[in-house]
Amino acid sequence: MGKTIETSGIGKKFGTTTALEDISFSVNESEVFGFIGPDGAGKTTLFRIITTLLLPDTGEISVLGKNCRTEYKALRKEIGYMPGRFSLYHDLSVEENLNFYATIFGTTVSENYDLISDIYSHIEPFRKRPAGKLSGGMKQKLALSCALIHKPGLLVLDEPTTGVDAVSRSEFWDMLGKLKQHNITILVSTPYMDEAMRCDRVALIQNGRLLAIDSPAKIRAGFSRKLFSIKASGKYRLITALRSFPLTITSFPFGESVHVTFKDDIVPTGLNEHLINNGISDVTINETKAGIEDRFLELMETAGR
Amino acid sequence: MNRFLGFVRKEFLHIFRDYRTLVILFGIPVAQILIFGFAVSMDIKNAGVAFLDLSHDEMTQKLSDKIISSGFFIKTEELLSYKDIDRVLKKGKTKAVIIFEEHFGRRLIRDGKASLSIIADGSEPNTATLITNYTTAIVNDFNMGIAPAQITGAMRIVPEVKMFYNPGLQSHFMFVPGVITLILILICALMTSVTITREKEFGTMEVLLVSPLRPIQIILGKVTPYFLLSFINVLLILALSWFVFGLPVKGSIVLLLAESMLYILMSLSLGILISTVSSTMQQAIFISLIGLMLPTILLSGFIFPIENMPKIYDYVSSIVPPRYFIIIIKNIMIKGTGLMYIWKETLILTVMTIVFIVISVRKFKIRLE
Repeated sequence: MGKTIETSGIGKKFGTTTALEDISFSVNESEVFGFIGPDGAGKTTLFRIITTLLLPDTGEISVLGKNCRTEYKALRKEIGYMPGRFSLYHDLSVEENLNFYATIFGTTVSENYDLISDIYSHIEPFRKRPAGKLSGGMKQKLALSCALIHKPGLLVLDEPTTGVDAVSRSEFWDMLGKLKQHNITILVSTPYMDEAMRCDRVALIQNGRLLAIDSPAKIRAGFSRKLFSIKASGKYRLITALRSFPLTITSFPFGESVHVTFKDDIVPTGLNEHLINNGISDVTINETKAGIEDRFLELMETAGR
Repeated sequence: MNRFLGFVRKEFLHIFRDYRTLVILFGIPVAQILIFGFAVSMDIKNAGVAFLDLSHDEMTQKLSDKIISSGFFIKTEELLSYKDIDRVLKKGKTKAVIIFEEHFGRRLIRDGKASLSIIADGSEPNTATLITNYTTAIVNDFNMGIAPAQITGAMRIVPEVKMFYNPGLQSHFMFVPGVITLILILICALMTSVTITREKEFGTMEVLLVSPLRPIQIILGKVTPYFLLSFINVLLILALSWFVFGLPVKGSIVLLLAESMLYILMSLSLGILISTVSSTMQQAIFISLIGLMLPTILLSGFIFPIENMPKIYDYVSSIVPPRYFIIIIKNIMIKGTGLMYIWKETLILTVMTIVFIVISVRKFKIRLE
């Protein structure tokens, strides 16, 4: 299998702030590759470099076998890009938007209809409606159709699920899964950790640096300690109490419960007493498997040190 | 080519879908022509004047009849004494009082000289100046009429020069070229700069840049619809000034339209230039309005003659493109001259257009920064 994207040592500065530092990774053909990281981590900047919209200050990058600096004209024909704010013309109808993007990429809607039919069929009943009047989920589907209409070799999706409801998010990932059959490499960024599990490989990014690149399962397995899930009524009180306990290493809220690690990877003997002293009595403690988020937080801690 | 046509089609859809764009494109020119033509008229028509005739003879009767029948004035009142002057002027309807001295007719015949005073309401300086000018012109004309009989050459008054190129005393003649100049540069520059910055603001520019469209295709695609619409605008304004004000184009209409196209092109490229330096629609609007409207109104010779300006403003105005177009269009429309008299201005506009286009294509970013 060939490499769709190869980068080495990419760095980018805006004035005095460093947006990206020493980014090196490669993406395989027909892979769904996810960038996971909080807002401001540098995901959008990196995607703009990959789509030839920005030039890196340092480092080398080649996409689909072409150099992003010198062969950007040829490359632009083969990239499908969906920016963070769905790039649609609000005053044009669904159909007109799609037709326009097909025309400027030198193709027609009917030519590649089979590629988008799965996605477009959801919004086809509204094809006369102005794009500005669509719901978030429908805008997202239209933007994806527009980005796919010229059958790109690489699809770059910048936070496609931000501001979209949970059901649409899940549907969206199902669609991306199907696109793999068409030999399209997909690069996607998201701030949601739960979506990371749907990628073939993910890269964790924080403050412009890559923390880890691997399959989601291996990233989870990389968690170095035993993790305990602790539940009690009054989560905030529980966290404060746990953090004041001397043998606690980390404790982070996770849904209903709190994920905690302790020294020596066992539940310390004095814990129950400490919690009761803090007015918490209804405690349940279970060992649990680390998620991506846990690993991310652990990596952030190590990187911060 | 298909790509380009697709882009132009999209631009037309934007324009026709947004009624505000259409209002700006066609409503404002029509409104401006009518407003400038009628309301901001530099003529006086039916200005109220009152007479204080202390002589009441045949001569004063003839002269006041002549003044009233000129069409510029209507008589509001016949006053009886000096005390009334202040009263009628304060009422506002009367803009000036014309006073004939005692024994006006007798003195005129005996001494060849009689005096008449005009007291005008100085709170409206423009009207006041016009009234005094017009009245003296009429009196002068009256003098000429009686001069042969009296044989006195001493009664000549300095002739009024205002009507040299405008014998009908119609000032909308002067405004139509100015308004065309102003409207074209405003609409062309404003619209193109706003539509390009709108793509930047809505994030659609990102995808346009990633697409195989070349910068020149994007620029031309933006400009073509506005070029056509602005040209229709010129025809509309000319038709309007012909039908409403009866203003003919004295020179060659083909030359006028060709020069207009050149000027439209210049304004459009200026608009693109503005869009390359501004990143939001607000910035583009601000630069277009402040940077183009004020210089066009103040420095192009549209309202204030450049000859009367201090030398420094003369130099500044020489980089204001409308200055040259106003000269061109006035020459063709009002004086009826041909290309021979305006080739210099045409050349300057052409050079400016080329410079603007080259700079904007160079400055147009193929990337985001």
